[in-house]
Amino acid sequence: MRRIICVLLENQPGALSRVVGLFSQRGYNIETLTVAPTEDKTLSRLTIAVNADEAVLEQIEKQLHKLIDVLKVSNITESAHIEREVALIKVKAKGEYREEVKRLADIFRGQIVDVTQSLYTVQLIGTSEKLDACIAALTDVTKVVEISRSGVVGLARGEKSMRA
Amino acid sequence: MEKLSGASMVVRSLIDEGVKHIFGYPGGSVLDIYDALHEKSNIEHILVRHEQAAVHMADGYARATGDVGVVLVTSGPGATNTITGIATAYMDSIPMVVISGQVHSSLIGNDAFQECDMIGISRPVVKHSFLVTDPRDIPAIIKKAFFIAASGRPGPVVVDVPKDCMNPEILHEYQYPEDISMRSYNPTTTGHKGQIRRGLKALLAAKKPVLYVGGGAVISGCDSQILALSEKLGIPVVSTLMGLGAFPGTHPNSVGMLGMHGCYEANMTMHNSDLIFGIGVRFDDRTTNNVEKYCPNATILHIDIDPSSISKTIKVDIPIVGSADKVLDEMLAQIEANSLGISDPAANDHWWSDIAQWCGRKSLDYQTSKEKIKPQQVIEVMHKLTNGDAYVASDVGQHQMFAALYYPFNKPRRWINSGGLGTMGFGLPAAMGVKLAKPDETVICVTGDGSIQMNIQELSTALQYDIPVKIINLNNHFLGMVKQWQDMIYAGRHSQSYMDSVPDFAKISEAYGHVGMTISDPAELESGLEKAFAMKDKLVFVDIHVDETEHVYPMLIRGGAMNEMWLSKTEKS
Repeated sequence: MRRIICVLLENQPGALSRVVGLFSQRGYNIETLTVAPTEDKTLSRLTIAVNADEAVLEQIEKQLHKLIDVLKVSNITESAHIEREVALIKVKAKGEYREEVKRLADIFRGQIVDVTQSLYTVQLIGTSEKLDACIAALTDVTKVVEISRSGVVGLARGEKSMRA
Repeated sequence: MEKLSGASMVVRSLIDEGVKHIFGYPGGSVLDIYDALHEKSNIEHILVRHEQAAVHMADGYARATGDVGVVLVTSGPGATNTITGIATAYMDSIPMVVISGQVHSSLIGNDAFQECDMIGISRPVVKHSFLVTDPRDIPAIIKKAFFIAASGRPGPVVVDVPKDCMNPEILHEYQYPEDISMRSYNPTTTGHKGQIRRGLKALLAAKKPVLYVGGGAVISGCDSQILALSEKLGIPVVSTLMGLGAFPGTHPNSVGMLGMHGCYEANMTMHNSDLIFGIGVRFDDRTTNNVEKYCPNATILHIDIDPSSISKTIKVDIPIVGSADKVLDEMLAQIEANSLGISDPAANDHWWSDIAQWCGRKSLDYQTSKEKIKPQQVIEVMHKLTNGDAYVASDVGQHQMFAALYYPFNKPRRWINSGGLGTMGFGLPAAMGVKLAKPDETVICVTGDGSIQMNIQELSTALQYDIPVKIINLNNHFLGMVKQWQDMIYAGRHSQSYMDSVPDFAKISEAYGHVGMTISDPAELESGLEKAFAMKDKLVFVDIHVDETEHVYPMLIRGGAMNEMWLSKTEKS
């Protein structure tokens, strides 16, 4: 099952490599990983999407906690949460396809953020499933030239916070 | 405030941390530290012959004392040579600080001479590591390194210091921090009271309980608590390879070592128990055999200071995260306060009669011969001559198992071996580290003709610093454990396990300035060893030619349960 784990990490040189190294060292698969500084400059926030069963997930959380630079670990998939991913999708948009690509982008509430005579770049924000669906739909009607996806970021809904 | 250079700060921080011994080897990137060390005489530096041995010495020192072992090496090859030693310490949770020199900050990343990404290369085998980027941080980093190495589940910590951060020309204000706090590192030591109560209730209700003690019990120093618990409740104790000595091996409640080469009664006790109380163990594959068939009727209660050790390989029913000594203190206090005892004494009697029956199989018996010395016999004679009270460091292989099985340890920290990583070449330097920490004790290195040659150069260090350990070499001209597997699993095809040109070890020892002895007649074994142990101030290398056909038994059958063992070359359980 796919889970989203959020990690607050000391913003130290080499700290990220400890997290990434842990995953490869212990044979856990990372699906996506995002990292950026937080409102507190001394901390980074990581969002890691993994495919793991209960037992493996428990080990991942414990092993992450064990890293000295890790301040907090939270599996946000356990309860209500918001997750988002951004995709930039460059597609062929010539002739008959040009209108269809625009229509599809609208349906998925995407925006066309770059245009050439033969290409559109669609920007899309949503859950990973929504991005998958949009890419599949675009692939059906035209040639997808290039895709860049950000990986998932997420937060628990409501009062819950990792900084409390 | 006092002003010191970066190099002097490293040395002063070590002095202020109370360090007495450093094991190391100089080189370009650490010459400033070595120069600072030269001025201060209150730390003894042991110059090894290979950096790997420095780490094993610091490791042996740490295992015997519980103190943090300290290593100092240069950048590049000096640093990479420490990796096997660091990994050995990491697998067995040994507190250690390794200070490595690094090239000038401005050269990092340029493939400079003797540059190596020490932080990167050591990352999977350290508890934590620091790269110094500002010399003013040195005291705080060293304080943190010692704190992290020794607290919680101990482990090795690397401090990588670039050359420019040591510059003897530039002085900075020095003050060693009194204590350190880290928001992201607070190991739990006292167990959850409710869990302890639940655990105790299950233990008292059990009809066939067993205490299963490991390296964590030795580290937390809970030997007196285990003894009290076992004696108060009448519970048998089995030990892992790493736990030997945490409970007295000659105590009537001791059922011996379990696992791949554990004795029959210990493995049978585990398999048939209805409650396993793991204390500082990690259910390592060498102690569980096939996890699918693991101890089918047992409820599992487990204390460990490292939450990630709990339910990693075997699902635990009642986990208690904490330091074993504190958790057991609390359990014993509850037993005392409420005058608790086991709920079914009749069942307990029955359990002990089962165990007595398994002990009756005498799984450690072996045949002696008039022509050839048996390796088991060597360990038994060694035990007799040292009154079972020596510090025994071993290498890895058959001799390690013979030492573990035939030398019952009654005190913790006397058995020094690489259990987790299984590092050949560990024994001699580790024994030397122990002897430096315990100069008045008898320290033995039990080794084999394969292992000893992996760090034999340290005989030179032993002469320089007068470290009179006794080396007992069980020489069978084979890589014995490899050969045993080839005999049992590969139809006796001895692929690359025979050493055609084993040297004359006695002569090697003499060439290094020590005493060398060779024994091959069983009739001379005891008198020869007696003579060796009588030379208290000398390093004596006793090369003992033993029966090369001997196997270590029992041996768990691969893929089986804990009760499935080979008891001899022809007999299964």
